[in-house]
Amino acid sequence: MIEVSENVPQNKPKNIWEALQYYWYVHQGVITELNPWDSFNPGRLDQHLMPFYQKALEENLFSTAFMRELLQSFWVKFNNHPSPPKTGVTAKESNTFTDFSLINLGGLKADGSNAVNDMSYLLLDIIEEMRILQPSSMIQLSKKNPDRFIKRALKVVKTGFGQPSIFNTDAIIQELLNQGKNIKDARNGGASGCIETGAFGTEAYILTGYFNLPKILEVTLNNGFDPLTQKQLGPKTGDISSFVNFEILFQAWKTQLNHFVDLKIKGNNIIEAMWAKYMPAPFLSVFIDDCISNGLDYNAGGARYNTSYIQGVGLGSITDSLSALKYWVFEKKELSINDLNVLLKTDFEDAEAFRQKILIETPKYGNDDDRADDLMKDVFESFYQAVNGRPTARGGVFRINLLPTTSHVYFGGLIGALPDGRKAKMPLSEGISPFQGADRNGPTSVIKSASKIDHLRTGGTLLNLKLNPALLEDEVGEEQIKNLIRTYFKLDGHHVQFNVVTAETLKEAKKKPLENRDLIVRVAGYSDYFIELTDELQDEIIRRTEHSDM
Amino acid sequence: MSGIIFDIKRFAIHDGPGIRTSIFFKGCPLSCWWCHNPESCALGIQHVDFDFKGSRIIGKKMSSKELLKEIEKDRDFFEESGGGVTFTGGEPLLQSDFLQEVAALLKGADYHLALDTTAYASPQVFSKSVELMDLVLFDIKHMNEAKHFEYTGVSNKPIFKNLEYLIENDKPIHIRFPMIPGFNDDVIHLKLMTDYLKSLKKIERIHLLPYHKIAAGKYEKLGIENKMNGIEEPSENMIQEVKNYFLSRGFDVRIG
Repeated sequence: MIEVSENVPQNKPKNIWEALQYYWYVHQGVITELNPWDSFNPGRLDQHLMPFYQKALEENLFSTAFMRELLQSFWVKFNNHPSPPKTGVTAKESNTFTDFSLINLGGLKADGSNAVNDMSYLLLDIIEEMRILQPSSMIQLSKKNPDRFIKRALKVVKTGFGQPSIFNTDAIIQELLNQGKNIKDARNGGASGCIETGAFGTEAYILTGYFNLPKILEVTLNNGFDPLTQKQLGPKTGDISSFVNFEILFQAWKTQLNHFVDLKIKGNNIIEAMWAKYMPAPFLSVFIDDCISNGLDYNAGGARYNTSYIQGVGLGSITDSLSALKYWVFEKKELSINDLNVLLKTDFEDAEAFRQKILIETPKYGNDDDRADDLMKDVFESFYQAVNGRPTARGGVFRINLLPTTSHVYFGGLIGALPDGRKAKMPLSEGISPFQGADRNGPTSVIKSASKIDHLRTGGTLLNLKLNPALLEDEVGEEQIKNLIRTYFKLDGHHVQFNVVTAETLKEAKKKPLENRDLIVRVAGYSDYFIELTDELQDEIIRRTEHSDM
Repeated sequence: MSGIIFDIKRFAIHDGPGIRTSIFFKGCPLSCWWCHNPESCALGIQHVDFDFKGSRIIGKKMSSKELLKEIEKDRDFFEESGGGVTFTGGEPLLQSDFLQEVAALLKGADYHLALDTTAYASPQVFSKSVELMDLVLFDIKHMNEAKHFEYTGVSNKPIFKNLEYLIENDKPIHIRFPMIPGFNDDVIHLKLMTDYLKSLKKIERIHLLPYHKIAAGKYEKLGIENKMNGIEEPSENMIQEVKNYFLSRGFDVRIG
């Protein structure tokens, strides 16, 4: 290691060992400089390492076993480096110690050709062997990448620790092009953090805060008043009884939305101006083009591209809540909007039967039901129009993406009962996934609903699909999961990750069937909804799952 | 025209090739002891009390157009995976006019169609119904007519006649064998069955479906006598033995 450190990071790395050490010094430098929770990562690791790997094999520099060990050590380095401690609201919004270094594998080369190489497969081996939380890992899947690649990745997914997640390279490239990047920078890009789209090495793209979409509805139903803080936070958009039809209600929601987005952007720009002035990052600026030629710091807009993302949270919850209002109050007229408001204020106390009815019968996002999905599109468009393209303090633009980290739980805690039947303080829907238990028609309908979002105008979306590991047990299951992903990506979906179901989850589902109506398990040569099964069979599957967990 | 459907299952991946939407037709002329969908036996719409959900209606009247609309939703998945639509039940042939109308509508839109059937129907109904099908999933339950009658309530004669019709007409078939302990898993029966399948010359693979107690709870809720009470699921070893036997007779075997 002394010998290696004699050369790097001062000089170009001569071999794979030096390359890995080089990166690690840079990583240390960046995170020491900013002490941030920064999601800094080595980007397209298989592309960077492949030439060194080939050279090592051709010139017999290192054995494959030794190179594997180097990579394993590299993984351990990441794992031993948690994010800086978070406190207060930050800790609640991102309740994790992972540092979100996301290794990208696969995708396309700058010339547009298939980038999957031997190193991509080797790194998948390492991910599977190491089975640790950090670094996080993902594969980029382009229509040009071979099925063999996605199938190898699914074998790792099957082992059930949530990695790698799967991204649509072709969508990422179009997102970046839509944001004005050149095609080569776009192809060299990927996703970092959770799902955030960026042009690696040429862009400063910064998450500038989560935005609580369902909270806006609560404030709207209270004429701009916030029941939690007991303050008039928003403009007076009308007493609830003035919402005589759904359109008026939705307009009021939009007015509140624009008000709070304006507030958010104003605040963001103050913070950004402070960063530009007081928080220079000269070390990081050396690595990001074109900070040097622009003579400007990374935090002051020196990068070639500068994006500030605002992350929308609770898409499923806001959609279902609007849908419930529309369906029960304005279409079925089963109760007045005032009556519904009373139910919300009392957290559905003494109205459990009606709450169940809302939970089960309301058209909800995630079922490929246009009655709900059209509302989701209206919500998306309103949020997009409110944020996208507005100037930032460092000369970039604001854009949206849809991811929560853990803020869907925190944000849920700040809202009372919602019209979709969710009780006060319970978590909101997560990412662009349907609300827990709202989807009832299986994974294809979730994917169809999710693909009605215009992903290409975002900087990333997050979709979680639950999956029983047994579904991947045979070739048929593996092949069809692959086809499920390919279809989602054909429909321009940005990202999907699989929540592999464990015995723990199943036990919980047995206790709380209503919240787990969407849980699918493989029974015997076919699949079914877990809660529909008999007690005995549920126990049997729990035991079976426990067995396969081992 | 409309028919009675009791379930539509999207992302069905074990009912023919690719990702499929399975349409469950209500009503069945058979009464197999081991039936997994006892709620599908009766032809009409039923009201049943199901635990936490309260009363549930089983069966829904749907027009062929409504059905088409539901099926169209997953077209992208069918195209990506080489999948399509599987008619199952119950027994789709019991609503053969409706089935034929739906099949014609779907074939006009180039869907891959599979029929999962007991094949208990007159030759006229059967031949007309399979005309537009790309694949038939065909159950063989027992070779002996008396045994077949005892456990399913019907003779197996028309069933074999219809199988031979499919063979003569070169229709792609998946033979499915529900393995029921003590009923059809003894070597004498397995030999009879494989001898017969060999004589047909065109069968290469058997899909082995081991008996599962999944439906026990449904019988209770529906208040139907469960004749399988006390009969255990076959063990892994027993399944393996049957699989090996089929392999030794020169058939490819898929479980599930």
